[in-house]
Amino acid sequence: MSAAERPYTLIAELTYRCPLRCVYCSNPLDYGRHRDELDTETWRRVFREAEDLGVVQLNLTGGEPLVRDDLEALIAEARRLDLYTNLITSGIPLRRERLVRFRELGLDNIQVSIQDTQAEGSDRIAGRRSFDRKLVIAAWVKELGFPLTLNTVLQRENLDHVEEIVALAERLGADRLELANTQYLGWALPNRAALLPTQAQLSRAREVAAEARKRLRGRMEVLFVTPDYYTELPKACMDGWGRRFIVVSPDGLALPCHAAHTLPGLRFDSVRDRPLDEIWRDSPGFRAFRGENWMPEPCRSCERRAIDFGGCRCQAFHLTGNASVTDPTCHLSPDHGLIETARLAAAEAPPASFIYRTTRARVVG
Amino acid sequence: MISAASRPRLAAKARLRFDRKSSRYMLLYPERGLVLNPTAADVLQRCDGLRTVGSIVEELAQQYGHERPAVEREVMTFLQTMADRGLVQAVV
Repeated sequence: MSAAERPYTLIAELTYRCPLRCVYCSNPLDYGRHRDELDTETWRRVFREAEDLGVVQLNLTGGEPLVRDDLEALIAEARRLDLYTNLITSGIPLRRERLVRFRELGLDNIQVSIQDTQAEGSDRIAGRRSFDRKLVIAAWVKELGFPLTLNTVLQRENLDHVEEIVALAERLGADRLELANTQYLGWALPNRAALLPTQAQLSRAREVAAEARKRLRGRMEVLFVTPDYYTELPKACMDGWGRRFIVVSPDGLALPCHAAHTLPGLRFDSVRDRPLDEIWRDSPGFRAFRGENWMPEPCRSCERRAIDFGGCRCQAFHLTGNASVTDPTCHLSPDHGLIETARLAAAEAPPASFIYRTTRARVVG
Repeated sequence: MISAASRPRLAAKARLRFDRKSSRYMLLYPERGLVLNPTAADVLQRCDGLRTVGSIVEELAQQYGHERPAVEREVMTFLQTMADRGLVQAVV
């Protein structure tokens, strides 16, 4: 690791608990096994250690971070450390007084998710009535002077509504609109048949987003994250393994990405046991796929290896059973047929039913 | 559009922070950040919604000992780029 390598962003997954049951949730399928959440003091120490390492951005996320009643104390510590602090939330459950307090404490940005542009569709994806309440919350966010990011995870059922999503974002006065196509990990993978859009849907949505980006330039930032299932090239997952990001899970595992602890055979350390700088530098899990030495062909000799870093390790594992192979979304991957098959199925598929997030049922993947 | 009479200020979502590791200022905004060169930092630190672009140019021309027109061109181009990215707002 060169001296210039440093983490810029800490993603603090404060809890896996959430009142919603979104069918694309990125939390691991066995999230119910990670219930022993870090306490306030440990999180505060993790923030200090992260800032010391060079972290300047903090995402407070989950699960739903609002279910933690010490969020105020955590925001206060983050701002004392001058971290740019972003709350990533469903907005449920939030009282206005609590939002006022966040403002006083200096919280920098709030990202609210909506699942679609009408209550029926949005609530169906979220697995709970929530849409109308989210609009109220988003309006409060703006009233209190916060910058607002509106986030919608795109999939088959809402991809044709991008125009309406943009209009809603404008109406709410969003400063930033994040249109992120589903990544097929966590709960999205068992729901893939129901969520994966068609090429035609995607092309149209991309055009609509590009037009909106141009029209709203300087007023609203419009981001469109293309699904790697349709790009023929893998995405630079987390900007490279152990390169820019540290994720800390609710029970304290320091990870290179949200799903790294679903990979077998890797050892990740807990922030309860070791200081963050040691984990970042030395822990076997962080070193496993850092840099280029781990790469197989066709990555090893590929001219894009420093651009996409071989793609997503979790995707490689969950699709092929081997975390060390080229991401199958790459057209050069020997396993690319898996992606082509999924795309063909999406073009023909009748709507499938959803598997909702739960700690109870066993999901056969 | 940014003009000499505009009074630029940072967008609500953006804020400056000094970075000890690189000894540079950074402009931070949601999930992103820009590492600023010293001139860019000097400009953005003066974007307080009170000063006009003209007065920022004046201050920097004096501070650097450079010709005013050259400084003006550089500052205007930079601020327009930042405004297009939604990171600076021009209060007219």
